[in-house]
Amino acid sequence: MSSETKQILTTDGIPLEVSLKKAERRNKIKAFLLVAPLLLFIIITYVFPIGDMLMRSVDDKMVTEMLPKTFKAMEKWDGKELPEEEVFAAFHSDFIKLVEEKREGKLSTQLNYTKNGFKSIIKKLRRKSKSFEEGNYKEQIMAVHKRWANVEYWQAIKRRAPAYTGQKYLKGIDMFKNENGEIVNVPEDRRIHRVLWLRTLEIAFFVTLFCFLMAYPIAHLLATLPMKYSNLLMICVLLPFWTSLLVRTASWMILLQQQGLVNDFFVGIGLVADDNRPEMMFNKTGSYVAMTQILLPFMVLPLYSVMKTISPSLMRAGKSLGGTPFVAFWKVYFPLTIPGIGAGCLLVFILAIGYYITPALVGGASGTLISNQIAFHMKSTLDWSFASAMGLMLLTGVLAIYWVYNKLVGIDNIKLG
Amino acid sequence: MALPKYTEPHYRIWHYVYLTICAAVFFFLIAPLFVIFPLSFNAEEFLVFSDGMKRLDPDAFSLRWYKDMIYGTKNPWGLATKNSFIIAIFATIGSVILGTVAALGLSSRHMPYKGLIMAVLISPMIVPLIISGVAIFFFMAKAGLAATHLGIILAHIILGTPFVVITVTATLSGFDHSVTRAAASLGSNPVNTFMKITLPLILPGVISGGLFAFVTSFDEVVVVLFLAGLENTTIPIQMWTGLREQLSPTILAVATCLIILSTLILVTAELLRRRSERLRGINR
Repeated sequence: MSSETKQILTTDGIPLEVSLKKAERRNKIKAFLLVAPLLLFIIITYVFPIGDMLMRSVDDKMVTEMLPKTFKAMEKWDGKELPEEEVFAAFHSDFIKLVEEKREGKLSTQLNYTKNGFKSIIKKLRRKSKSFEEGNYKEQIMAVHKRWANVEYWQAIKRRAPAYTGQKYLKGIDMFKNENGEIVNVPEDRRIHRVLWLRTLEIAFFVTLFCFLMAYPIAHLLATLPMKYSNLLMICVLLPFWTSLLVRTASWMILLQQQGLVNDFFVGIGLVADDNRPEMMFNKTGSYVAMTQILLPFMVLPLYSVMKTISPSLMRAGKSLGGTPFVAFWKVYFPLTIPGIGAGCLLVFILAIGYYITPALVGGASGTLISNQIAFHMKSTLDWSFASAMGLMLLTGVLAIYWVYNKLVGIDNIKLG
Repeated sequence: MALPKYTEPHYRIWHYVYLTICAAVFFFLIAPLFVIFPLSFNAEEFLVFSDGMKRLDPDAFSLRWYKDMIYGTKNPWGLATKNSFIIAIFATIGSVILGTVAALGLSSRHMPYKGLIMAVLISPMIVPLIISGVAIFFFMAKAGLAATHLGIILAHIILGTPFVVITVTATLSGFDHSVTRAAASLGSNPVNTFMKITLPLILPGVISGGLFAFVTSFDEVVVVLFLAGLENTTIPIQMWTGLREQLSPTILAVATCLIILSTLILVTAELLRRRSERLRGINR
């Protein structure tokens, strides 16, 4: 500002510009202070723990800390021939310490993850090591079992030296790092995760498609009927929406069982023989049917809220300009509903891709999803780092979809009921 | 929807096909809920409609599963109901307070980094529950809150606040800020203004957000499965165990009660939504 220009002053003599900026800053702080409690709460109890999952999924310090001297001695080893005495001596000294602390069992479990066959030879080494003489540990250890004289096992130990690893992520897509450090597929009969990822995508895709095909006509009907009828029909959408997920899953378990009403109906109309009732639950069919019905309201509601805003005169205009009703629908009405379709499809897809409860109850072995595998590792195998890795892979996918959703629709446009 | 008289025959046929499709979808949506109702009055132990029930024989119906639900020995439903209500009520109170206050800040036009903060605050709603479950479990285990009521309540506050934030922000979007300025110019302090002016006006949004939070907590099973010990069992946990082990008709009695509860919640939510739209001057 040049000295010529006269500054506008407030009554207390402060330049107006400064005073306004101060007020603005005060308002910003005030608004931020209101948000702060919740923001802090969510960051501490939710965002940090997700970061913790990331740490756990790559953390491989356990072996690194159990064999510090060995890894130090291995630094000079080229990893091709059997290591020198120095490495064996260091390993012996680390191992004796582990036996004293009764931790050698943990070491064998961990090394067994890297290469099968460590469990028995470590047990044997513990027994024999009590009578070891000082010096020449290489010969003494190699004499315990022939695998200790096999360079592959020493290579396997060396692979556990880094404190961080991506192996859990590789395992999540059925790959691993082999002896030469190449990333390769696991044998075909042991690939289970890729099938699960593909199935999760497949089920989420088809559930979304079915939901869309079923929701579009009824959302249209709800949006075009007079208020008094549409309000009544809306209950059919909202009551399932508010009803417990487990209640709805329970009702599908009753309907789809072999002596259930759906099978009764099929027998009644002569579609299937009474003694040959098809299995409709504990397989993919169960997951499809139940998930479609449960997620349908999430498709209807966004479609409805978009269709409600489309003026019926547009269709009339289309028809009066010479379009048949079908052309008018396809060229005028349908393009206007695309925002609703985008919102509904992405919402249902995101919900379906992370579904857990319903597939676990009605999906059986062939209808379970990646979430069920995560829960299995959390609760049964207790391989939490693997569960974290798979959870984060799923989360990355969901966030990518969510990013698209935000670009297309915007977060602020999420509507509830 | 009556068709105009001049409608051509094949469009007329298409129209009836369309109505039939709609009827089928509505049936698919609502019918499963009504299967539970009669079966919960089954006099027998099986989960199929007995011949007596099909003939509407009064002897085929009984209240035995409701009696079992309430008076049954070594029945977990009493404890589960108590826990569910305690957890849901405290989680709702927590979510409503934190969520409403945050929504007030977010609706201010002075709020910096609004988009980013909003994304963080509603992330628990977008992230699949299984992942939230794992993350929250790690936190609660570290904080020593696993298998405690407090831990589950905090977890449900995390999951419930996004709904409150969204509904209250939506209500505040139509809020006329000159009324709070008027109150301030008449000498009211901010807290007083909030309690006497703002809160009554946004109350429908707050309550409907609270309903969402309540239902989320009351129906939540994934996170509780990771967190709950035997003492913290809830209705969804009991239903989950029951459905996995053996499907007993007692579960259907519980399910019927839950459907009645959800009907009540639906009616309340609808009434609130209409009131809120009326107050915000949206006429449809």
